[in-house]
Amino acid sequence: MRRIPLPALAVSSLVLVATALVFVFYVAPNDQTLGFSQRIFYFHVSLAFTAYACFIGGAWNAFRHLWKRDPRADLESYVCVHQGLIFGAMVLLTGSIWAKISWGRWWVWSEDELVLFLVLYLFYCAYFMLRFSVDPGPQRANLSAVYALFGVILIPVSFAAIRLAKEFLHPRVFTLHGPNFGGWILVTYCIAQAAMLVLAYTLYRLELGGKRLDARLRDLREALA
Amino acid sequence: MTTAEKYVTAAYCVVFAVVLVYVLIMALKLQRLERDVEELAARVPDEDAEETPQEPARVG
Repeated sequence: MRRIPLPALAVSSLVLVATALVFVFYVAPNDQTLGFSQRIFYFHVSLAFTAYACFIGGAWNAFRHLWKRDPRADLESYVCVHQGLIFGAMVLLTGSIWAKISWGRWWVWSEDELVLFLVLYLFYCAYFMLRFSVDPGPQRANLSAVYALFGVILIPVSFAAIRLAKEFLHPRVFTLHGPNFGGWILVTYCIAQAAMLVLAYTLYRLELGGKRLDARLRDLREALA
Repeated sequence: MTTAEKYVTAAYCVVFAVVLVYVLIMALKLQRLERDVEELAARVPDEDAEETPQEPARVG
């Protein structure tokens, strides 16, 4: 399959993010119950789904590594998980800012949805601790792959936790009957989601290219030594 | 600007800052890789010099 060139991806993500920002601040109307602060959700929810997609991508590549022994899969899985952590950090930060506006607190430990997302995030942070505590080689690749596959189980738990929120009301963007909104709000959300997915893919390709180049240079240096 | 507007702007600035820092880190890494490539290129023997036919020595 022919890959989209990186500069084209970078331009696409820039255009999509700029369009999303215009729609968020100038086109989408204010929500009747949440008011202006609801505008955080266009990026907050998109970032969360992008982080989940990255973790699922990491698990898929881990599965490829374990099943087909594809030599590229280990590095691809690692980069996916790394992207997931970056997007996950942005979810936590934007979520905390929204909590401060709506609940008056940056963080609420009694809320399952917040704590479970943090657990998911810390679980993937530990992936790096595991990966870098083992010497490079097949053992490290296998351990990392098994860990990344286990992590994907936490995603539906984290997603379901929003529906089990008790004390405070965490807005439910998606229900069993589809999205909980329509009109310009839905259009804006779709653009923001597309922007975040393309941005994540662009950053993934950029990081993967750098990592592969680094690995090739290391091999060359060893060959020349 | 209302408090909600300030917080929403802050949230978008945080996203922008995180992406910017990530791209800067990647740019620095790529710069380092470029330096490594130059260093390796300097260590590789010059192929042109090896392939240039030498002038036959005059005998007699």
